[in-house]
Amino acid sequence: MRFVVRRLVFFVITLWAAVTANFLIPRLMPGDPALAMMARYRGRVNPQALHSLEIAFGVNNHQGLVAAYFAYLGNILRGHFGVSLTFFPEQVSHEVFQALPWTIALVGVTTVLAFVFGTLIGLLGAWRRGGMLDSALPPIFVITSAFPYFWLALISIWLFAIKLDWFPASGGYDVTTKEGWTWAFASDAVRHSILPALTILLTSIGAWILTMRNNTISVLSEDYVRMARAKGLSPWRVMWTYAGRNAILPNLTGFAMSLGFVVSGAILVEFVYNYPGVGWMFLQSVENQDYALMQALFLMIIICVLTAILIADAATAILDPRTRDSR
Amino acid sequence: MSAVTATIRQVRPRPGFGALRAVLGNRKALVGSVLLALFVVLAAVPGWIAPYDPTAEIFQPALGPSSQHYFGTTAYGQDVYSQLVWGTRQSLLIAFAVGGLATVLAVLIGVSAAYLGGLSDGVLSLVTDVILVIPIFPLVIVLAAYEKNAGFTTLVVVLGAFGWSYGARQLRSQTLSMRNRDFLQAARVRGERKLYVIVYEILPTMTSLIVATFLGAALYAVLTAAGLQFVGLGDPNSLSWGTMLYWAENNEALGAGMVWWAIMPGVCVALLGAAFALLNYAFDEVSNPALRKPRKVTRG
Repeated sequence: MRFVVRRLVFFVITLWAAVTANFLIPRLMPGDPALAMMARYRGRVNPQALHSLEIAFGVNNHQGLVAAYFAYLGNILRGHFGVSLTFFPEQVSHEVFQALPWTIALVGVTTVLAFVFGTLIGLLGAWRRGGMLDSALPPIFVITSAFPYFWLALISIWLFAIKLDWFPASGGYDVTTKEGWTWAFASDAVRHSILPALTILLTSIGAWILTMRNNTISVLSEDYVRMARAKGLSPWRVMWTYAGRNAILPNLTGFAMSLGFVVSGAILVEFVYNYPGVGWMFLQSVENQDYALMQALFLMIIICVLTAILIADAATAILDPRTRDSR
Repeated sequence: MSAVTATIRQVRPRPGFGALRAVLGNRKALVGSVLLALFVVLAAVPGWIAPYDPTAEIFQPALGPSSQHYFGTTAYGQDVYSQLVWGTRQSLLIAFAVGGLATVLAVLIGVSAAYLGGLSDGVLSLVTDVILVIPIFPLVIVLAAYEKNAGFTTLVVVLGAFGWSYGARQLRSQTLSMRNRDFLQAARVRGERKLYVIVYEILPTMTSLIVATFLGAALYAVLTAAGLQFVGLGDPNSLSWGTMLYWAENNEALGAGMVWWAIMPGVCVALLGAAFALLNYAFDEVSNPALRKPRKVTRG
């Protein structure tokens, strides 16, 4: 229980740090972009939009920095991120929740798949040390993990969408298909997501394979594995319940750390495929200088990452009795 | 007594040769170092290797590969091969600068957190963990968006300032596990100062971990910088692989038949990244004997 509480406290502290960074960055940059931008928009947009920008940046001429900071915190807590300039007069939060399901479906599913398959392949590779799987896969995946996500995305568009015409080249769905919970729309969305999903899967699976393989190799030399073998348990059982179960724990911790990397890659993959998720919208907002939307999306990305880490922590607590009892 | 120490001296291999033998004996390390050496040469003397001025728009645009232009020309009539050669320098400089900065920070923060303990450890570890989970790439994008086209210095400082956390965490736990070893107790009993103990007693035992930190940060820097330049947040006039990809994508190089223009910069990023990743993996094997390939036992 203390483990869970400790991680929750960590969650809150990290979130606070991210919000504070979000508030401070536009002010600390040379030339104070927040004020500069406000000046640029004055007179060009209506007072309501200007006010929303004030909310987004916590800029208010009558307030000092500290007061502005607390006003900003209050707005964030109540979910007031201001109005988007690109999608005027929509609320920023409305736009964010439009994009969120796409990203969670694409990045969430591929990350879980990469973790499950990577862990399995790593376990099997280490179990049959020097076998087919073990000699072929690790070197290949060391190299694919160094591939830039966006470049692999470019190549697969060129090969599978332009040359072979197997999959659509961009977008999350066909504009001619009506959006809604229909079979036609769902299958169309799936068809559009296959290429981006494969790109993310291929570049992120290598890390899981390698760490799981190395963990398993270390675990296999432990006394309890030798004991299990000496007891005459079936190899299958030794692999799953003795080696695998213990080797997966560091991998779960690793999950938390490499998630940031996957998310960065996913942003670029969405950008290349014009996939209507958070990452694509994030880069669009940068391009359109829609800073209110950009900052809200940045926070949303961090919240997603932190939530996934909390889930991994919960899994660790379930799988590892030591975290439950002693700490 | 003196004979014994003399033999020990003899048995201990000279450090330089040990590293060399480790590199030559490990295929991954060998491939990684050859690749890296190749890029270092390209970065050092691009003028001798590249046939043309990389920025000169003097050729017919969108040529295919030929003996004159190994990878064809861009939509602006520049030689793709020359651009690749000249672009090496920036990617490599970013990798080494970020790797160096991140490694120094990781050593400073990780080792001192473990060695100081108490409240300092608590604070430093918390900072490390927070930076570890905040995704760096979106943060860099936000910074670049305000900065308007992140130049070389911005990239290095930002990536270095946020790329140290993983290494710091590993170095901290490694230091913790050594705290009560005999040789450190001995140094303490001798009355050595903390700084001396850290620099001369602890750090040399962690060389492989420090190298791994450097390689990991360098790999991350290469990929992140390329990604940032690709989405147009770098300096669009700089000579780098990421910027090449940005212009290639803007001109729809793949659809318009200038395939090599879009493929080759990515291949270079991937190869440089693979060089760092292979070396990193090999160092893992050197420092952790359990991971090395099991030797075939010959029975007589």
